[in-house]
Amino acid sequence: MQIWAIQTLNSLALGGLLFMLSSGFALIFGLMRIANLTHGSLFMIGAYVAATVVRAGYGMMLAALAATAAVALLGGLVERLILRGLGANAQRQVLATLALSFIAADVCLVIWGGDPIPVEAPLILRAPLRMLGLAFPTYRLVVLAIAVVVALLLYLLIERTRLGAMIRAGVDDMPMARAAGIPASRLFTTVFCIGAALAGLGGTLGGPIFNAYPGLDAEMLPLALIVVILGGVGSLFGTFLASFIIGFIYTFGNFLAPDLAYVILFLPMVVVLAFRPLGLFGRSVA
Amino acid sequence: MKHWPLVAVLLLALFPLVAGEYFVNLASQVLIAVVFASSLNLLVGHGGMTSLGHASFLGISAYVSAWLGLKMGLGHAFTAPAALLVTTLVGMVFGWISLRATGLGFLMLTLALSQVVWGLAYRLVSVTNGDNGLSGLTRPQPFGWDLDASDNFYWFTLLVTCVAMFLMTRFIHSPFGASLRGTRDQPRRMNALGYNVWAIRWVTFVASSFFAGVAGLLYVYFNKYIHPTAMGVPVSAEALLSVIAGGAGTVYGPALGALLVVVLKNYASAYIERWNILLGLVFLFIVIFMPAGLTPALSAGVRWLRGKKQ
Repeated sequence: MQIWAIQTLNSLALGGLLFMLSSGFALIFGLMRIANLTHGSLFMIGAYVAATVVRAGYGMMLAALAATAAVALLGGLVERLILRGLGANAQRQVLATLALSFIAADVCLVIWGGDPIPVEAPLILRAPLRMLGLAFPTYRLVVLAIAVVVALLLYLLIERTRLGAMIRAGVDDMPMARAAGIPASRLFTTVFCIGAALAGLGGTLGGPIFNAYPGLDAEMLPLALIVVILGGVGSLFGTFLASFIIGFIYTFGNFLAPDLAYVILFLPMVVVLAFRPLGLFGRSVA
Repeated sequence: MKHWPLVAVLLLALFPLVAGEYFVNLASQVLIAVVFASSLNLLVGHGGMTSLGHASFLGISAYVSAWLGLKMGLGHAFTAPAALLVTTLVGMVFGWISLRATGLGFLMLTLALSQVVWGLAYRLVSVTNGDNGLSGLTRPQPFGWDLDASDNFYWFTLLVTCVAMFLMTRFIHSPFGASLRGTRDQPRRMNALGYNVWAIRWVTFVASSFFAGVAGLLYVYFNKYIHPTAMGVPVSAEALLSVIAGGAGTVYGPALGALLVVVLKNYASAYIERWNILLGLVFLFIVIFMPAGLTPALSAGVRWLRGKKQ
């Protein structure tokens, strides 16, 4: 009973992390038609920066702030300095982000070395929470709670604010949005920063669960791709649901059949693609 | 000029007579990369489908051949066709899945699928031996021809490369190849003309995976060892870089690109520890400054020089 409860909570926490990673990816993909393959790297850099700040003794709060800000800045720079110059050519942009992800992986290896850096969860969250005779790791509950709050804030941002209205207009019809006077250039950079910041925050929160290690980027990126393919582009709810589906499948797959966890991961994707090529909640975007 | 490919092959065949063992082995590696990049070129250059998962097919072919030989004790006469068959079958399935989407969706699907295969090679230790890889493999000895000698292996690889390149060139220049380029440039018009765009793309995907399987066999024969990194994203990216750097959709561009990438990798690794950073930088440079690749850039340069002379 205990082990199943823990695995369920692990799935939920992984789902929450995947949501932070994938929602940023989906936001950028939906608005700018860029498949940002540096997203796994941004997650890893977030984890490394947070690990460094925590090790310096500044605590998790400050680490999260520093990592999110640093990764958001990095994302903004990538968009402004590199992707901007490639015009509207989707293929060139994807290849550029792929090249950047290789560079980022090696630079991280040079800076932080090849050994995993463990990140300690804050002291108050280390004691397990006892409920109904079961012990739950408190930190994972907090990660889940933060993910839900982030999802709500993101929903409010997209549905209730002026910036969100501009994003929605851009996703639906970019040329028309431009013609209506929406500052597309600033919007692109803003969205790229938001997407990167979400990945950075996810990396920070993922630190105590995964540790910061080289290869974390290659571990997370495919999960994000599968979430976005499964949930469909242009639907925040689809991304949210798909994140938790993949969180559960991956965690229980690893628990029950560790050899085949990757294959089990790919089955729901195949089933969904067979019947709904645009994903569970995908809409065809012009 | 019409016979220059034949002349080139003859010159290549003479290479081991003038070069030392190190360079002969390097040349064998270049030839393997040429077959691999050319197979990807069918998809990327002629079909307009950018795949980031091509290394899966190289790896699957190599692993099947290695596994059947090691664990089942089967001879090369059986393992080679079996490896190609399995690779082609996987290509059929992956092609069906990936082609549910087009453009960036296709790219993301190929990448996700290849990561799944890569993860499987690491995790399914009972079959793949995980991170240790499969070692103790042998090279085949077709008709008693000892391929363990590097000169012989080079000639064997050259022979296979020539046959593969010939078949791929025939494929490209066939009416089917023309219809493939039609689906790349004008999919909706091709559809309106009654062509089955999806089927044309799928057949190309399968053919491309078959030739990647050929490269995978040569790869595992050359190294006599296979490790999950052989199907990692960097391998797919190197092939894609070769295709794009050389000139996607040209016949010899990807071969030129593969030559550059292999030689660069070989020499760079003598001086710097981190190949991936250089791969990334070169890739970035090509994407930003030479999106059409070297071959078109070179021919533009030649035209410009001729124009100056007149």
